[in-house]
Amino acid sequence: MNCIIIDDESTARAIVKQLCSKIPDLDVVEEFDNAISAIKFLNQQTVDVIFLDIQMPGFSGVDFVQTLKNPPKVVMTTSDTDFAIAAYEYECIVDYLVKPITFDRFEKSIVKIKNSKVKQAPSTAEQNSSEGKDLYINIDRRLIKLKLDDILVIEAKGDYIDIKTVKEDYRVHTTLKKIKEKLPERLFLQIHRSYIINFTKIIDIEDNSVLIAKNVVPISRSNRPELMRRLNLL
Amino acid sequence: MIDQPNLKYVDELAGDDAAFRGQFIDIIKSEFPVEKQEYFEYVESSKDREAAEMVHKLKHKFNILGMENAYRLAVAYEMELLDGKRDSKSKFDEVLEIIEQYIKTI
Repeated sequence: MNCIIIDDESTARAIVKQLCSKIPDLDVVEEFDNAISAIKFLNQQTVDVIFLDIQMPGFSGVDFVQTLKNPPKVVMTTSDTDFAIAAYEYECIVDYLVKPITFDRFEKSIVKIKNSKVKQAPSTAEQNSSEGKDLYINIDRRLIKLKLDDILVIEAKGDYIDIKTVKEDYRVHTTLKKIKEKLPERLFLQIHRSYIINFTKIIDIEDNSVLIAKNVVPISRSNRPELMRRLNLL
Repeated sequence: MIDQPNLKYVDELAGDDAAFRGQFIDIIKSEFPVEKQEYFEYVESSKDREAAEMVHKLKHKFNILGMENAYRLAVAYEMELLDGKRDSKSKFDEVLEIIEQYIKTI
């Protein structure tokens, strides 16, 4: 098995690395002091196990887990058992270790890792295999064909949605939830309660907003991890 | 009661691995004074949120040095700082002083 260690504390990383060195078939391939660097790494290669600190400044361990589409087995490390209980909401999390971690407890965790079977989510390609390239919208009893690739941003406006495309803007009597069901996941992403964006049209991302054409679209905290996961970060 | 720092946990973890023990002590010796200094700077400039983050970092070292009571004190103090309070400050500062003296001996 191979693994990575994510913890903002260098002493904590050194401890987990030392514990891993005592397990014959467990290799530490990399260690990170923040979750964003680990996401970049995981975009390039896969690992069997992640030892992940829950409490990290900025981007927490739980935020990180939410960004993983096909997560490997994750062992949370924490000083606080309250956080550990929250961590069990995610299927990929097979164990949690309370610091300071003893070797006996670490060995038990390794057994849990080996015995656990984490379900893999279907790939995006599988999910989108039957999706088309167009969407028909009903405006004044007229069905107008929109190319999905031309859509930039969709904004909820009460009982209506505004669809902004590269050519025109349209107001349609429907909800964001309903149109989201018709949109392919490979192109579109909800980044805020009131906004869905065409992911491929992003120009740049700054703090808590995304620029698409001339539209500055807010990113909500809860949707940010999924956006980060989808980015092909360098 | 403030407990005394020790290397029992580090020794247990290191076993016969003297290199790890040495490396680990080096990390503590180099990081602790910096974190302590940053903590005091934040406290003096009333940056409670930043001070709480430093307490969060420092408390891990309490844990590693076998200081369970000090760790619990730090957990409470971190929350106090986030609430704009400093009830545990003097005790926490005392712990920092004890550790500073201890790491000079290891």
